[in-house]
Amino acid sequence: MKDSRIESVTRAITQDEVSEHGLTPEEFKTACRILGREPNITELGIFSVMWSEHCSYKSSRAFFHLFPTEGPRVLQGPGENAGIVDIGDGWAACFKMESHNHPSFIEPFQGAATGVGGILRDIFTMGARPIANLNSLRFGAADHPKTEFLVSGVVNGISSYGNCMGIPTVGGEVTFDPSYNGNILVNAFSLGVMKTDAIFLGSASGIGNPVIYVGSKTGKDGIHGATMASEEFGEGSEEKRPTVQKGDPFIEKLLLEACMEVFETDAVVGIQDMGAAGLTCSTFEMASRAGNGVELNLDAIPQREKNMTAYELLLSESQERMLLVAEKGKEQVVIDIFSKWGLDASVCGSVTDTGRAVITWLGEVVADMPAAPLADEAPRYERPHSRPSYLDETQAFEPTNLPDIEDANPLMLELMGHPNMASKRWVFRQYDHMVGADTVIAPGADAAVVRVHGTDKGIAMSSDCNSRWVYLDPYDGAGMALVEAARNLSCVGATPLAITDCLNFGNPEKPGTMWQLVEAMRGLGGARKEMETPVISGNVSLYNETDGQAIHPTPTVGMVGLIEPVEKALAGGFKEAGHQIAILGTPEGKHLGGSTYLNVIHGLTSGRPPKPDFEAERKVQGTVRALIHEGLLTTAHDCSDGGVAVALVDSSMHDGAPGARVTLPGSGRTDERLFGEDGARILVAYKPEDADAVKAMAASHGTPLTEIGQTGGDRIEITGLVDLPVAALRNRWETGFEDAVGLS
Amino acid sequence: MRWAVVTFPGSNCDQDCVDQLGRVLNQDVVSVWHGDSELPEVDCVLLPGGFSYGDYLRAGSIARFSPIMKAVTAFANKGGFVLGICNGFQILLEAGLLPGAMQRNIGLSFICESVSLKVENKSSALTCQVPSDTQVLEIPIAHMEGNYTADEETLKALNENGQVLFRYCTEQGNVNDAANPNGSAGNIAGISNANGNVFGMMPHPERASENILGGTDGAYLFQSLIATMEGQR
Repeated sequence: MKDSRIESVTRAITQDEVSEHGLTPEEFKTACRILGREPNITELGIFSVMWSEHCSYKSSRAFFHLFPTEGPRVLQGPGENAGIVDIGDGWAACFKMESHNHPSFIEPFQGAATGVGGILRDIFTMGARPIANLNSLRFGAADHPKTEFLVSGVVNGISSYGNCMGIPTVGGEVTFDPSYNGNILVNAFSLGVMKTDAIFLGSASGIGNPVIYVGSKTGKDGIHGATMASEEFGEGSEEKRPTVQKGDPFIEKLLLEACMEVFETDAVVGIQDMGAAGLTCSTFEMASRAGNGVELNLDAIPQREKNMTAYELLLSESQERMLLVAEKGKEQVVIDIFSKWGLDASVCGSVTDTGRAVITWLGEVVADMPAAPLADEAPRYERPHSRPSYLDETQAFEPTNLPDIEDANPLMLELMGHPNMASKRWVFRQYDHMVGADTVIAPGADAAVVRVHGTDKGIAMSSDCNSRWVYLDPYDGAGMALVEAARNLSCVGATPLAITDCLNFGNPEKPGTMWQLVEAMRGLGGARKEMETPVISGNVSLYNETDGQAIHPTPTVGMVGLIEPVEKALAGGFKEAGHQIAILGTPEGKHLGGSTYLNVIHGLTSGRPPKPDFEAERKVQGTVRALIHEGLLTTAHDCSDGGVAVALVDSSMHDGAPGARVTLPGSGRTDERLFGEDGARILVAYKPEDADAVKAMAASHGTPLTEIGQTGGDRIEITGLVDLPVAALRNRWETGFEDAVGLS
Repeated sequence: MRWAVVTFPGSNCDQDCVDQLGRVLNQDVVSVWHGDSELPEVDCVLLPGGFSYGDYLRAGSIARFSPIMKAVTAFANKGGFVLGICNGFQILLEAGLLPGAMQRNIGLSFICESVSLKVENKSSALTCQVPSDTQVLEIPIAHMEGNYTADEETLKALNENGQVLFRYCTEQGNVNDAANPNGSAGNIAGISNANGNVFGMMPHPERASENILGGTDGAYLFQSLIATMEGQR
């Protein structure tokens, strides 16, 4: 007679269970066709997670062809755990950004912590040692009742995980907008370095090779996390807390060191992180990449609690686990290394030539499914999309119909104290941003720079997305996010190499949201070609929507660049009095559509963002990089949020920085001249004795250079427009974030 | 000089220390696994920063039971130089090799930033190479539990015996509450034992030994130990 426990996981399913598992009738039909029969309850669970939006990209995959993914430096493009670019001399950088939005809203500390843990595993599973993290965070209105709780929890979660791992968190973004009131965004980026000949892939090759489970034991946490992250939120979302995993950074640190040690041996054939959809996803993906099958014995899985069922073991999202395929006969090498680090390593299966994943539990087969169709032939939708009607109103808005500024001084103070503009010291002081002793440019600059240990190479990284712009024009807004990321890297002297992205959007089943997604992907795709920065990894997070209210479309761009020698890297801010200040690129501010000024001062999200001018961007960015490499600049700062006025004040905000006295070019409207957010524009400063060389170099690149004044004194004076003490601005800037959010 | 840098499970500044000592300061460095019960022949043992055993229970409270700690204790008792940085300091406190204890930072959050340190005693083996005209060092801290505490008697003895090596201070060298990042008693950032051969400090000198990292004040401390040990040969 059949064991009743086996019966419970292999029993037939009901139609209700099909819909509870999130499969549409069409998808269920496909599932039956692939199997040649109806799935049992465990197999249905597997279909459910593998075909969740989170794991299968079913709504966005049809548009992936819009992204250039190849380039001379790309060693590994999308499709693996993370992408890899060649940085020369036998070294490579491996990086990825991934969202952990839904769990972080439900349980901010653990949601954000496991976001960091997950992205780190994606990096070190490729064989790279992580050397830096970024976090791009978006919260609802600063004064929304949940914001303080969410900010504290998320920052604390990131801090606790990253710090314990000993990976410096060197930068990122923190911004607020009411569109995130019901869905915050937590996009975690990590970058590692490796030798180009030591790359590991998530592939189950070699028939007969053992499959080894390593890391933490499996518990009941996070079951159906991927499915939860593929739905809209509504009433009762907090009740989904048990679907959020709990992280243990100490175990992950041990896992990192054990993996690094085992990679030094010749025992490893393939390895993959168990992230979303846990053991299921890693088994099917590894088998499918190699075109092989896998036999998996669930009785060999180390378990945290007794009496877990096959269904639970397969769908658990317990953290800090990896699935490894070893060279046959070298099992003990792997086991010895992991046990030295106090971790489980258990041979739990083998690679077969059947192309099927055959899963046994208590000695019986509980699931028997073809691997490749589940991973590769997941549903794929070209969902209907159409331009949403809100754009008629926002794009018709004309900023010049507003009265011009009469007294800019109070506005300047208000802008600098706005939580989106103010210092984020409260945040990055909680991140260990120096561990590793390689942090050359710390948080707070246009981009962070970390040295590649044992070389003179520096890796610069930045994350960017002005989601207001994307909301107002997804195509141009997404393109601007990319050129701005490149401009940020250029301002520290780094040459952009490649990008990763997190496409955070609302419900793709709504044609307006789907249109935003397609337009943004088109915009990013075009900009990547223009700026020669292929995409090598990333993810898509949809259903960021609560009670029908979607977030602003937010395609966050994480860009990575190279600077060598790393000593050339230029940190922002005015260094001393008497330096010449100039605008490199677009001399005069004109563009106010979608600007920070309209948003903060007038409470408007209206107008159109600037159109990216790729030719001008390439020129201005190339010029600033050349100037930095020649050692001619003392300051370079991107003019973005708040225009040239904010860029100027920003440069005086760090301790001991001098003030500035400048005259802005042009004679147009005051609001445009001060706060216009035109692209291809960088504020620079240099020593007077270098002025001729700077001018000559700008001229040789065909980039306009407009001298506007000098550093010095303790005031910011913009002739006829602004005159304020640096101390008053600094006071607003230093306290604005904590005051607005209500943090102590 | 020859250094041992101990790696505990969860140490994460061990390689930074190995690198700074070896590459920047030309020292001979050996990594030692916490599970070993014997130390190699060395002049100085360094317990690095990090989160040994995840800081579970209390920072340093589990690592003090690692097999290597018996050997470290014996080494220290024979007069060998032992330096604990951050988590290493916490381990030395838990092991009883230094007096006092750590509490969580007074604001209950992790703090990572560069701080100013007043050098209180320039005759110690850890500070003797700090230039005579330098009163304040800039070295970063990065910790959750750096709020040093001890009973009145211990604090009095530390002060009287010159065992307080560093106090948190303003850039100008004033020791006051405003300059105290974590609530530490008497702004204490680093101490030695009565014998002057065991040192604990919360700031990370290995993160301030190269210009490209923003400063080299940390190198004075390693150079002090090196000079002292060379002098004793």
